[in-house]
Amino acid sequence: MTPFQPPMGLIAELTHRCPLQCAYCSNPLAMDRPEDELTTQDWLRVLDQAAEIGVLQVHFSGGEPMARRDLAELVAHAASRDLYTNIITSGVLLTDAAMAELLEAGIDHIQLSFQDSRASEAERIGGYKGGHAKKLDAARRIREAGLPLTANFVLHKQNAERADEMIALGEELQAERIEIAHTQYYGWALLNRNALLPSVAQLGEVNRAVAAARERLKGHIVLDYVVPDYHAARPKPCMGGWARRFINISPSGKALPCHAAETLPGFTFPSVRDTSLQAIWNESDAFTRFRGTEWMPELCRSCDRREIDWGGCRCQALALAGDASATDPVCARSPHHDLVTEATAAAEGASLDLVPRRL
Amino acid sequence: MTDLAIVPTFRRGVKFRLDEVRRRWIVLAPEKLLLPDEIATEILKLVDGARSINAIVDDLATRFDAPREVICGDVLQALQDLSTRGAIRL
Repeated sequence: MTPFQPPMGLIAELTHRCPLQCAYCSNPLAMDRPEDELTTQDWLRVLDQAAEIGVLQVHFSGGEPMARRDLAELVAHAASRDLYTNIITSGVLLTDAAMAELLEAGIDHIQLSFQDSRASEAERIGGYKGGHAKKLDAARRIREAGLPLTANFVLHKQNAERADEMIALGEELQAERIEIAHTQYYGWALLNRNALLPSVAQLGEVNRAVAAARERLKGHIVLDYVVPDYHAARPKPCMGGWARRFINISPSGKALPCHAAETLPGFTFPSVRDTSLQAIWNESDAFTRFRGTEWMPELCRSCDRREIDWGGCRCQALALAGDASATDPVCARSPHHDLVTEATAAAEGASLDLVPRRL
Repeated sequence: MTDLAIVPTFRRGVKFRLDEVRRRWIVLAPEKLLLPDEIATEILKLVDGARSINAIVDDLATRFDAPREVICGDVLQALQDLSTRGAIRL
């Protein structure tokens, strides 16, 4: 037996390359260069190790995972190890040929991201002319292939009023699952926070739209909703708790408990180039440091929600309070909670100018 | 009220299999993972695209030697829950 429960999911960030430039991208500001990316052989080895230690689902992500020419080969290998395979893509590279190749490889599910329900707005955010039409084509190909589709919509103050339209588009595309996900403020989104963070009134409207749609779509379409934690009284259990469920591998091979963890100072994240997933999960300082409840400040350790919230998000504690081991400032009990209320106030009426994501 | 003649099926993209590492049955779905309890696991083993809810109840009532009404209530509750969570279609 391993000392900890094995991980459930592996997030394989194959590349940071992407044809889109969304200003809320969750990738780090300092992205991995193409020449530093893991090789096909590296990824095949990682997939074998993942299956051996008990990973059940692999999420091929990025950047744009379809920018990697070996994607179908990696999917086929994961499928041969009984791993459930998922691709998280913008869809703009999902041609007929690419779809056929992935289907042959045994892909289980595709998540397609949309920047808006309207083409002009979507393309303003994504910075890719003609992208929206390509996504609609990609959705059709996925359905024609008989695969389940998740239509993902990222919300922020510049598109929140169209939540109803987005859900309607997801229905029209016959999605199996619709994800309405408020922007989470890391990486590029943190940089652009003032231009993205919705107001309490906007959030209320989206909450209403989602609740009504959920009731209507019950048993037909799964509607998952990710709330913006800045407006919450309790923090999110980030990644289901530090190193409790997921391993995230960066394009250059760093193993991270979450995709934003590279921002944390004082950490040496192990590389899959020279360390096994088993050793990373069970023994590495990076994965064990904030696991469980021992590391928590007294405020969290004495809280009856300690094994629900798991102290919230470490990267957010660092980004806002300057201390990765502090209570997530989103928590109303945090001594730094005023930083969150200040941030939401600062976003009210702020400029809508965005800094696009670029390598 | 759910019609007992309905034949429940797994939704598109859903896989139900034994996990050798954890030694338990699991449901893998689009960006979701369900860990069904013992009752749900026994029900899901009978979801084959041919059996109706009635047939599933009959099977379980015989095997577990339990009153049919009790089994029926448990099965309906479990199936509703699995349907809401996106594992099966009713």
